[in-house]
Amino acid sequence: MKFLRDFLDKQKPQFEKGGRFEKLHSTFDAFETFLFVPDKVTTTGAHFRDAIDLKRTMSVVIIAMLPALLFGIWNVGYQHFLSLGQSPGFWPIIFYGLLKVLPIVIVSYVAGLGAEFIFAQSRGHEVNEGYLVSGMLIPLVMPVDIPLWMVAVASIFAVVIGKETFGGTGMNVFNPALLARAFVFFAYPAKITGDAIWIGGLSKAEGVVDGFSGATPLSYAASGAMDKLPPMSDLFFGFVPGSIGETSKLAIIIGAVILIATGIGSWRIILSSILGGISMSLIFNLFAANEYMKLDPMTQIMMGSFLFGTVFMATDPVTASQTNRGKWIYGFLVGFFAIMIRVFNPAYPEGTMLAILLMNAFAPLIDFYVVEANIKKRLKRASLGLKPLKQN
Amino acid sequence: MSNVIRIKKGLNINMIGEAEKTIKELTTDQFAIKPTDFIGVFPKLLVAEGDQVKAGSPLFMDKYRENILFTSPVSGTIQEIKRGAKRVLLEVRILSDGKDEAVDFGQSDPLKLDKAAVTEKLLASGIWPMLRQRPYSVIANPADEPKAIFISTFDSAPLAPDNDLIVHGQGDAFQKGLDALTRLTKGKVHLNLDAGSTQSKVFANSKGVQINKFAGPHPAGNVGVQINKIDPINKGEVVWYLYPQDVITIGKLFMTGNYVANKVIALTGPEVLKPAYYKTKIGARLQAFVKDNVTNVEKRFISGNVLTGNKLEADSYIGFYAGQITVIKEGNYHEFFGWALPGFGKFSFSRSFPSFLFKNRKYALDTNLHGGHRALVMTGQFEKVFPFDIYPTQLLKAIMAEDIDKMENLGIYEVDEEDFALCEVIDTSKTNIQEIVRKGLDLMRKEMS
Repeated sequence: MKFLRDFLDKQKPQFEKGGRFEKLHSTFDAFETFLFVPDKVTTTGAHFRDAIDLKRTMSVVIIAMLPALLFGIWNVGYQHFLSLGQSPGFWPIIFYGLLKVLPIVIVSYVAGLGAEFIFAQSRGHEVNEGYLVSGMLIPLVMPVDIPLWMVAVASIFAVVIGKETFGGTGMNVFNPALLARAFVFFAYPAKITGDAIWIGGLSKAEGVVDGFSGATPLSYAASGAMDKLPPMSDLFFGFVPGSIGETSKLAIIIGAVILIATGIGSWRIILSSILGGISMSLIFNLFAANEYMKLDPMTQIMMGSFLFGTVFMATDPVTASQTNRGKWIYGFLVGFFAIMIRVFNPAYPEGTMLAILLMNAFAPLIDFYVVEANIKKRLKRASLGLKPLKQN
Repeated sequence: MSNVIRIKKGLNINMIGEAEKTIKELTTDQFAIKPTDFIGVFPKLLVAEGDQVKAGSPLFMDKYRENILFTSPVSGTIQEIKRGAKRVLLEVRILSDGKDEAVDFGQSDPLKLDKAAVTEKLLASGIWPMLRQRPYSVIANPADEPKAIFISTFDSAPLAPDNDLIVHGQGDAFQKGLDALTRLTKGKVHLNLDAGSTQSKVFANSKGVQINKFAGPHPAGNVGVQINKIDPINKGEVVWYLYPQDVITIGKLFMTGNYVANKVIALTGPEVLKPAYYKTKIGARLQAFVKDNVTNVEKRFISGNVLTGNKLEADSYIGFYAGQITVIKEGNYHEFFGWALPGFGKFSFSRSFPSFLFKNRKYALDTNLHGGHRALVMTGQFEKVFPFDIYPTQLLKAIMAEDIDKMENLGIYEVDEEDFALCEVIDTSKTNIQEIVRKGLDLMRKEMS
């Protein structure tokens, strides 16, 4: 890789202060540090540092999302051909899936990263890696038939309003990818609700098998048609319609294992969200005023985007609670509200997105009280500690 | 009393270059005392180039606390007074005449003296600066009433010197030093041992002090952690601390009446050819240690350990408090796709590198930052290596915001830079955390004085 290094070293002066392309410094820096870990050394404090950096962290998260993405691609094709009453074999299914999903991924990255680069450039700081994850999350939480321009607008909205107005990666209050989804949800509700949008090509309704509705398990549940819910194994493996990445619980669990094993995703948040979801379901079971409330906790957890949200969205370290105790509370409430909103909200079958955004807003408050408890403990110790000294 | 206090959170970092357990004599006639080693001291010079000094003759004093003197470790001539930018006093260099003539401060039994007499002796001989205080980690104020004095007999930092070896055969002086320390506080003198590795009778048989045992990974040997577990510092309280070798120096002062500035230094690190212990005096010249004993790569010399030590220029002298020199490679290289490749053989606390599978592997660490500076993104990482009942991220943010009340409430009095060293090492965002903590401590000290 010597020639590449030499090439970069040769170009570098042009991008530095006084150089011809001084204004493109951040862009050059982003590409250079992408190819090579910089030669910076420690200046103060500890003389050596851990090999991990934000690029490494973010790439682990992306690896964790790959199973969900790959399954999503297959499932898009599978559901499409199912709606046509065909079963053409593995490769045509994958081909159709790629045709539908890849453009969404590319548009999300190009639009979002473009906005990110422009901001870094105009502010003169380094391009942050945060969007590498957001850019992958956005396609995974979109319905497959979403128009591409909407993906672009939503991605730019997420970066500009969701992140950069707060000061960039690490400063944002709301999870950018969820914000992108919420943006589409409120701005273009017709494109993200209903039964027809979850399956590629279904909204055009050409050659669809008679009686094929395309309804997601959640929409069956919301309408009280519990007998139409797919079997548990379909929910688990993901042979159901839904947002691109949310359907296969197996793929999500593989991702969760990667996140927890590397220590990058908080197991506290994942576990407590699931506990929160189970608790709410059990409370509903207790009252059981309608069919939906009678639904068992296992099915509730396995339906919709509950697991996807808790594993990949609620665990975002920037927008979650930052203290360990806070993470337990935050996660529990995410799960709790997700099921509550899902069951009670008549306008929209899923509650995970709104629950996480709601808890994003409350995360700092939770931390505040957790830290306050520590402060009180310290003050109490101080008032107790002084007495024996005075007696001496 | 000998209940073992277990530290669960922390991290031992295994490095190549541990010192062989033999003590060699170091041959050098060049020494220096560096005012920059003493936080918060404004030096007022008391000697001029060419002056003759004895061991114990004052070199400079603190302008704002004139009773705190800094004295020569050897007898000889003031060779050079080195100043830096804006005439900041950097080094007072002394050329030893090898005669070891010393100022006589008078022999005495510390147990028969009161606090004032012991204090006066330590101040006059220039040994007092060895006593430092928490909070702020500055030289102790002689007028203060410390609630306890802490001595950590073991160092858990990477390649740390083995104090058992260093104090071997110096039991009398050590006990005499402890006797003197007991006169300085109405509280206890805590002698903290490693439950696993401390074997020396010198420590175990100490009298008149409280012996505590600790177990667990670094920072179990940090005095800050030990204070926090035994007798945490509240607002307005002061604890003093010092190192075992300093206790021996104090003991010898009372036994001989002289300032015997002996110090055993461990020369360690992956770039040292033959790592070993060297017996010398405080402030010896770096080149005397490393000449013909280091590799040919571009190196960084560190006075102290890799976590908290100070970078030394090649023609400089070891720090006043340091018991160790570490030599590692400068990491100014580019690494192709370093963040994406599996990275076998790289040190990482995170489990995103395969290194976590090889717990006992020893590393040849270098100074590469392994990334660029970013905003604090990851959470919950610091807590894994920070064994205090303190929220590290929140405290850091309070310091950055210069929020005095919040810093105080979140426990800044209980911590020091060195307690945050592991957080700094494992930080994904490559923040210079120790620098931030130091700023916070300096700010608090200014506010409170």
